[in-house]
Amino acid sequence: MNRLQVTRRTALIGSMSAASLLVLRPAAFATPTELAGAIAEFTGNQPVQRGRITLDLSPLVENGNSVSVSVKDDSPMTQQDHVTAIALFTEQNPQPNVIIARLGPRAGRAFLNTRMRLATSQKVVAVAGFSDGTFWSDQVEVIVTLAACVE
Amino acid sequence: MVRALINCPKTAKKGEVIEIKTLISHVMETGYRPGADGKVVPRDILRRFTCRYAGQEVFSADLFPAVAANPFISFTTVATASGTLSFTWDGDNGFTQTETVAITVT
Amino acid sequence: MIRLVLPAALLATGFALAADIPANERRSGFDFMSSSTQQMQRDDTLNPAMLWVAEGEAQWSEAPAAAAKSCASCHGDAVGSMRGVAARYPAFDERRQKPVDLQQRINLCRETHQQQPALAAESRPLLGLAAYIGLQSRGLPVSPPQDARLQPARSRGAALFNTAMGQLNFSCAQCHNDNWGHRLAGSPIPQAHPTGYPIYRLEWQGMGSLQRRLRNCMTGVRAEPLPYGADELVELELYLNSRAAGMTVETPAVRP
Repeated sequence: MNRLQVTRRTALIGSMSAASLLVLRPAAFATPTELAGAIAEFTGNQPVQRGRITLDLSPLVENGNSVSVSVKDDSPMTQQDHVTAIALFTEQNPQPNVIIARLGPRAGRAFLNTRMRLATSQKVVAVAGFSDGTFWSDQVEVIVTLAACVE
Repeated sequence: MVRALINCPKTAKKGEVIEIKTLISHVMETGYRPGADGKVVPRDILRRFTCRYAGQEVFSADLFPAVAANPFISFTTVATASGTLSFTWDGDNGFTQTETVAITVT
Repeated sequence: MIRLVLPAALLATGFALAADIPANERRSGFDFMSSSTQQMQRDDTLNPAMLWVAEGEAQWSEAPAAAAKSCASCHGDAVGSMRGVAARYPAFDERRQKPVDLQQRINLCRETHQQQPALAAESRPLLGLAAYIGLQSRGLPVSPPQDARLQPARSRGAALFNTAMGQLNFSCAQCHNDNWGHRLAGSPIPQAHPTGYPIYRLEWQGMGSLQRRLRNCMTGVRAEPLPYGADELVELELYLNSRAAGMTVETPAVRP
């Protein structure tokens, strides 16, 4: 069969999936540009370097509704040298922001643990701001497995 | 009243870094999901979490729809003096809730 | 494990019955989860189901109306009085002359002893009470009652477990006896032992009962789900509990 030939069935499937996309995804996914924009807003357009902080989340997730994620850094958390903020971003959720935490020397440790949603397999980015004005990041590519029996 | 659970040590040594875990009942409706009638369910999320130690803010967070339902937030703080830790969640539709726990620092 | 007597009619049709899972190969759904979801269940400070448990605990000692008794006025401290109770349900109810599950038992108590309307299926207060009572059996073996009056209902539950249904024409047994450990889409198929209900299911982003899960499975095979409280669902629960006899109660469990 000619691969380009559009049969009635493929046309139907095509229109069906387009229709269900419209129903299930009223909002567009965030784009890499939106991700970059959200990070730039967080850092005030300061450059972000890779390293220093550690983003910990399982690379294989069995349900995107609740994904445990933690960020930490071995900063001494003194008045002179501490983490001021930790933020999480995603590339393909409907919007790139997840959480922005503000902390300081009173935290004792640079640490955040929460649970986030992942609409699909994608990149998760953590960015932390430091008291010296620098920003550092870590990222993890996550695969979200597809559940069979959903309500 | 909405249920919230705070896990925080009741006692600590001065200068000790303590871990605090918080859970609160909230749907965190994203505003992106269609309901059974096909219409998008309006957004209803918690937008801000604040922890104060003896009245002074020591940790806060802005939350977005990508935070999972029944939000769990865990962080650390230095046990400075005996007193009260308060935890406040503010959100859409005028939501606000504050929980307090006492800590004895020796 | 209790041996089941299957209805003669079912055997007479020549329906091929899947072999039961041998007792020493039985595994909780917990074993099929990722370590991160297991961790959520293991640590109560991470488990969102504890929010429902806390609600149930508060309700236990609150009078539902000015003149009404609280659960605690009759049963005292649940930590002692409710120990092992959830592990036995469903159980035979004298008044109704049929098996009732834990949620139905709670509602019978409300109607008979508290003169209150029954709590709606899957409502927060009902799930909260069930989770709080269930927690008092955590760590104990699933202990279905050795009550001869339950046997006909249990057999009907076993028959339903082995009955193909829905547009996909699957029985419970075809997935959970014959194909456990394999995958359906990305998810491992567990053995269907109801050891942790009510559960906090990530898919639901909340708490739900075993009946919700059973209805969920029926929707999955594109069958019309039985209504909440249907005798058939209780009979299926009864069979599943006997199938899981001796396994450890995990309530309130977390599942993906």
